[in-house]
Amino acid sequence: MIFEVFRQERKGQAFAHAGSIVAPTAEFAEAWAREQYGRRGESEALWLVPRDAVHTVTDWADEFDLKYRRVDGYSIKARLKEARERAGTAAPGAS
Amino acid sequence: MDSRTQEFVEYVQGGGQVEVDDWMPDEYRKRAIKFIEMHGNSELMGVLPEREWILRAPTLQRKLALTAKVQDEVGHAQLIYRVVEDLGKPREDCLRDLVDGKAKFHNVFHYPTQTWGDVGVIAWLVDAAAIISQKALLKCSYAPYARIMKKICWEESFHILHGRDVILAMVTGTDEQRELVQESLNRWWGPLMQFHGTKIPADEDPMVHWRIKSQGNEEARQQFLEGYVPQIWELGLTVPDPDLRRGDDGVWTYTEPDWDELMSVVTGHGPRSEERLAFRRRFLDQEKWVRDTVLAA
Repeated sequence: MIFEVFRQERKGQAFAHAGSIVAPTAEFAEAWAREQYGRRGESEALWLVPRDAVHTVTDWADEFDLKYRRVDGYSIKARLKEARERAGTAAPGAS
Repeated sequence: MDSRTQEFVEYVQGGGQVEVDDWMPDEYRKRAIKFIEMHGNSELMGVLPEREWILRAPTLQRKLALTAKVQDEVGHAQLIYRVVEDLGKPREDCLRDLVDGKAKFHNVFHYPTQTWGDVGVIAWLVDAAAIISQKALLKCSYAPYARIMKKICWEESFHILHGRDVILAMVTGTDEQRELVQESLNRWWGPLMQFHGTKIPADEDPMVHWRIKSQGNEEARQQFLEGYVPQIWELGLTVPDPDLRRGDDGVWTYTEPDWDELMSVVTGHGPRSEERLAFRRRFLDQEKWVRDTVLAA
C-alpha cells in the first residue's frame, strides 16, 4: 500500500506534500513516517493518506467564460476615464 | 520529434514541472529513472565507507553523530527509490540491478576509508560536492524528486557541519592529527574533482535538455572550488594540485581530472567496488525474510 505523506511544519501552516511511503498497514506507515519526517522535530503534524483515497482533479472546464469571478474579468480603465470626464474631475493625487 | 514531445520539451525548458501521473515521453521517463536510481544507489552505497568507522569512532558523541548520518543517508535512499518506483521501476529491481553490477553509483563511494581523517573529508567535502548538485536538483522538472530534495538538502547541511567539526578538531589537535587530515585530502582530491563529471557543455547534456538537471557539470565543479578551496586553505591545508588557482575573472583552473579513472571506477572497477557490492548482496539475501514478513502483514 502506498501512503502519501503531508507534513505541517508549524502550527497554523498548510500541510504540504512531502513524499510517500510503502507500508502494509497504517501502523507500519506511521512508524516509518515518524522516522522519516519527524526525528529531528521538524514536523508539527503529519497526514498519512492511502494513495487510493486521493481523488485528483486536474481538468478545469471554463465553457461559460466565468471571468467575472476573477480580477482579470474587469476592465474598468475606459469606464473610469469616461466617468471622470462627465464629472469634470481628475484621478486622486493627479493635479 | 512529435508535436507532443516538442510541447513537453518547451514546457520543462520553460521551468514547468511534471507530476507522477502526467504524460511524459518514454525517453524522459527512461532518463529520469536512470538518473534518480543512480542517486538512490549512491545514498545506499555511500553509507558503507562511513559504516566501517562507526565502531572505531574516537568518542561516543562522534559515534552517535556518524550513526545518525548513516540513518539519514539510508533514509534518502528510501525516499529516492520510492520516486523511482512511481516512475515504473520497482525497488526490488533497482536493488537487484545494483548488486548485479548493472547500475551505477557515485565514484567517491568506490574508495576505501583508511583513517578517521577520511570520515571528516567525506562528511565535509564529499557532502559539500553532493549538496551543490542536490541544490540544483530542487529545480528538477520531475516534481516529486524535486520535493524530496528539500529534505535531503536540509539533512546534508548537518553532515557538512559534522564533517567540518571533525576536521577542525583534528587540525587544532596534534601534528599527527593534522597530517592525517592532509593525507586524507591528498587521497580524496582526485575523486572529488571527478565527482561532478566530465566537462560536457550544459547545452549538449541530455539531462539538462530535459531539465532533469538544471546545471552543467563544470558549473557545479566551479561552485565547489569557489566555495570550498578557500575554506581548505584557511585551515593551512594544501590542495594537492600545483596548477589550482582562481583567475581574475573568478574562474578556477586546475589540472585535468583523470577521466579514465572515473570511467573505470563507476563501471565497477574501483578499489572497493566489488567488496561493497558483495556486502549489499549478502544483506539483500539475508534480510529477504524481513521484507517478506513485513509486506505480508
